[in-house]
Formats: sequence, C-alpha cells, structure tokens
Amino acid sequence: MAATVRDTIKEITRKHLTENKGKCYGQCLTAVGWVGGTLPEMYEDEGMIELSMADVAGGAIVTGAALAGDRPIYVVRYQGFQWYNAATIVNYAAKSKEIWNRICPVFVRSIAMEGGVGPVAGSSHHSLVHRMPGIKVISPMTPQEYQLAYDSYMLDDVPYYVSEHRKSYDNTEELKDIINNEADFTIFPISITRLEMKKLVQLAEQEGIKLNIINQLWIKPFIVEDNWKIALDNSKYGGLVTDDDYVEGTASSIANELSLVTDKRVYTLGLEPRTAGFYPSVDNLPPSAEQILKKLKYIKNEK
Amino acid sequence: MSYRLNTFKKASFCRHFEKQVYKNVENKNIKIPVYLSAGQEYIPASIYTILEEKRIEPNIFIQHRGHSHYLSAKANPIELIDELLGRKTGCSNGMGGSASIQSKDKNIFGHDGLMGSQAPIAVGHCHHTRKPTIVVLGDASAEEDYVLGAIGWASTKNLPILFVIEDNNLSILTEKKIRRNWEMDEIAKGFRMKSYNISDNPEDIFKVLNDYNFEYPMLLNINTTRKYWHAGAGVDGDYFDRYENEMNELGDEAIKIDLENKQTIEKLWQQQLEIQ
Repeated sequence: MAATVRDTIKEITRKHLTENKGKCYGQCLTAVGWVGGTLPEMYEDEGMIELSMADVAGGAIVTGAALAGDRPIYVVRYQGFQWYNAATIVNYAAKSKEIWNRICPVFVRSIAMEGGVGPVAGSSHHSLVHRMPGIKVISPMTPQEYQLAYDSYMLDDVPYYVSEHRKSYDNTEELKDIINNEADFTIFPISITRLEMKKLVQLAEQEGIKLNIINQLWIKPFIVEDNWKIALDNSKYGGLVTDDDYVEGTASSIANELSLVTDKRVYTLGLEPRTAGFYPSVDNLPPSAEQILKKLKYIKNEK
Repeated sequence: MSYRLNTFKKASFCRHFEKQVYKNVENKNIKIPVYLSAGQEYIPASIYTILEEKRIEPNIFIQHRGHSHYLSAKANPIELIDELLGRKTGCSNGMGGSASIQSKDKNIFGHDGLMGSQAPIAVGHCHHTRKPTIVVLGDASAEEDYVLGAIGWASTKNLPILFVIEDNNLSILTEKKIRRNWEMDEIAKGFRMKSYNISDNPEDIFKVLNDYNFEYPMLLNINTTRKYWHAGAGVDGDYFDRYENEMNELGDEAIKIDLENKQTIEKLWQQQLEIQ
C-alpha cells in the first residue's frame, strides 16, 4: 500500500529523532492522537519534547535550541496559533544568520485545518510569515513533496515554514501539473486548494473551459519557471492563484510576480474577506472546485 | 588582588568605555541610538569576577544596555567600538548597533529587539546544551509574558540557568510601582525557583553566587541605578553611584586603576576613530 503524507511525516520524524539525533518540540504531542497520527510514539528521553502551553515562549525556546545546534522540528497544531508562535521564529531565527552570522534553522510544521474551528485557529496563515526575510515557505501536499521539504531543510541553514494541511494527510498521490497548448486559464493552486484541481478540470471541461494546472509547492522563494510563463502567456483569459489563506498576502504576491513576467492578468481566490464562525452557516472555507469554476466563468464573461 | 578590587577593575573599564560612548554620541561620531550601561556596571563586573574565579564560562544572553556585560565577560572592546561606529568589523557585522551586540569568542548571543525574547531563547539553548547559561533582563523586559513562561519551563526542566534582572526601577521613565505590584523574585519563587532580591553591592552579589555552580535554575533581582538616559547621552538625575562609592571606599589602589582604565579606553577609541 502506498505511503500517505501522514506515514511520510511520521517516518521522517522517527528518523529525525533516532538517526539524526534531533528533537521534535510542541504542545500536547504525546496525547492520544499524536498530532493526527503524524508522530511516532516516542517520549522526552527519545527527543519528543513537550513544551508548556505558553505559545510565544514555546517558539522562542525552539529558536534557542536551533541556535545551540539542534535542528528542531517544531509542531504548531493550528496555523492560526502562529500569531503567537511565529514571533521569535521570524524575528530571531530568520534574522540570526544575516545579523550575527549564526545559523538558526527550525522546521516549523504549521498545520492547517478548517471546518468548525472558529475565528483564529482555522485555515492557512502562510501570508503571515511570507513577507519576512530569511525564512523559506513551502506547502507540501504529497508524500514526495514532504520528503523534499525535509531533505531540503536538513541541507539548508535557514528556518522553514512548512504550511501543511490535515486534509492532505491521507493523500498517497503525487499531483502532476497539466499544461495544454491552448488553455483558457492557468491555475496556480496553493495548499489544500490543489486537491480540488482534479474535480475542477472535469467540471471546467463540461463547460468547455480548458485549464492549465501548475501546482505551487515553494511559496518562498517563489521562482517562476519558463514553462509557467509560456503556459500563462498562451492562456486566453490569464491566470488564477487559489489559496487557503486570505488573498491579501501570498496569493496576491504570487499573482503580482506572475503578472510582471507575462503579458497576462493574474487573479486571486482564497478565503472570503470575513471572520470565520463555528457553525457551517458562518464558516469560511477554502474555495471549492465549484467556487473556483464560478470565478473563472465570471472572469471569462467580463472579458 | 581582592574580590572587590578585581570587581572594581572590571567596573572601571566599563565606566570609562561608556563615558567615551557618551562623548562620541555628543560629538556625533556615533550616529545610532545607544543604550548606556553606566551606573549598572557593578552587576556584570561582580558576576563575571566570581565566575572567572570559578572558571565557569557560561553562555550569555543579553539585550540593550548590555555593553558592560560584553566588556566584563572580556569580549573584544575594539569590535564593540567598531560596531557602535557602524563598521563591518564590528562584533555584529555593523548591523547590531548598541542593542544587538554579540561575541562568538565569549559565547555572548545577540538580541533581536523584542524585549525579553532572550529569556525563552536562552532557556531553549540551555535545554539543548545543558551548559551554564546566564540571561540578563531589565525590570521592564522581565514583565513580558513569554519571559514568565520561560522561567516556568526552566524550573520544570531544572536547567542550569541564572536569570539576572537588572532592576533600575525604570521603563524609559515609568517607575516600577506604576507598572506592577509584584517583584520578580516572588514570581520565581512561585515557579519553585530559588531567587533573591538584592542590591548591586558586590558583596551582596558574592554572597548569593559564591556557592552557586549552576546545578539548578536561579533568579537574581538586583536593584541598581541607571546613570544616563534610557537611550542616547543625557542624565536623568543625581542618583546614588555605586562606582563612585566603591572608588571612595577602596581608596588609592582604585584611583590608580581608574586612571589606568581611563587612559586605556581613551587610547582605544582614539585609535579606532583614526581609522577611516
């Protein structure tokens, strides 16, 4: 049976603690669920370090460990909690090499989920750290991508913000780009919106809309590949960046970068600009395939 | 040389260094905000004199107003001068200014500017290394919530770390009694950590540190006096000056040390200022 993203993270963590003698830090790691089954059942003497519930202090404690030469994995169970946890990661760990020539790499597992988790905890928040220098941001949604994120981190000397999503944990499939010669749109999906693309392509085809799909793994540094430029330039109505975060951040930044290197307009679609409530009627979820298609039809009709 | 005289020697070096910084801010050779430690130098001078005697070389986490810790731990004074002059040869590559200084030789770690962040960073560092660690905070930065969380975790993990609160009673110009009705040593006790509330008299510091060998975490709230403004060159008022008091009590030998350090420091500054 093919490995899931969950299996991959669990095995990476086990090897990190045993073979690489690293540590994994976080709150309530050794509780019943072991962070959605992504952690091996190991304890403090094996490197699984339980932090107190002091979120801001926790991020800084892990930064100190990184400064001391540990290559920590830091688990933040809800991305929204990064408003507390990320303060020292982005202001110390990410700046340490530049100011003091001391490396301070931290692998921040920033876990997104949504659906009934309210106004703070839910969704992705990679835009929060995206603008800060000295940190890399990656959003793996497949087993191979997750392994690449970890391998890259272990060879690097800066902190990594790994924008995960719980809905990807069961995924076993690698998500391939789709590039047609003459597409109507090129979609640049981020995070969990990538798992909507299969359905979106089918729905769009039924409407006579042909799509390119270019999966976004590396959010920062963001490097536009040549075939992306060609695909976008050849798209009749331009591009669309989809995200699990508010669009006034990562999605807009990427759309701007893409617009600058092509002759096409690139649109964005992410969370609605409102606060999420707990009940389904007031929740704020990432755009579904149906909502993305609606946006594409709207753009097409505007042209 | 006696403990008090050795401590005076360090304090004197720091005092004259800060006088030169003051002078060079006034004559605009230094063009960045500076945070002078004059008046408070007896805390680091005492601590590092005791640790040198014990041959303990701790990892040190400081913040702004840290020049005297840097100098008392015998980090390179020329690199500090260059840092204050904004040169790449400075201890923080000319990027740290006065507030974010470091020394790799003496295991002194720079500060990012978020007040008190050095406390949890030091705790995390100490948890990994298990080596003697000192973290220095002001009475204001110690109030940060994450400092309290860090003290609690250091106690829980029984880390070899010494928290030093340099309590000058002021946050910029707001007195402690306006900001809070509690003391840091009481908070530490609440976290089951050994703690003391003492003056910056070197004998008081000696009494609590002489038997301490970093077997457990400890917090010292040390009451002191800031001689100059929060930032920049200026004087708030006419306060008790531990340095002047010690020089008067120690007499001729101290006066001689004071003069020697004055000349040494002036020469260092002059030499560095002449480099274009």
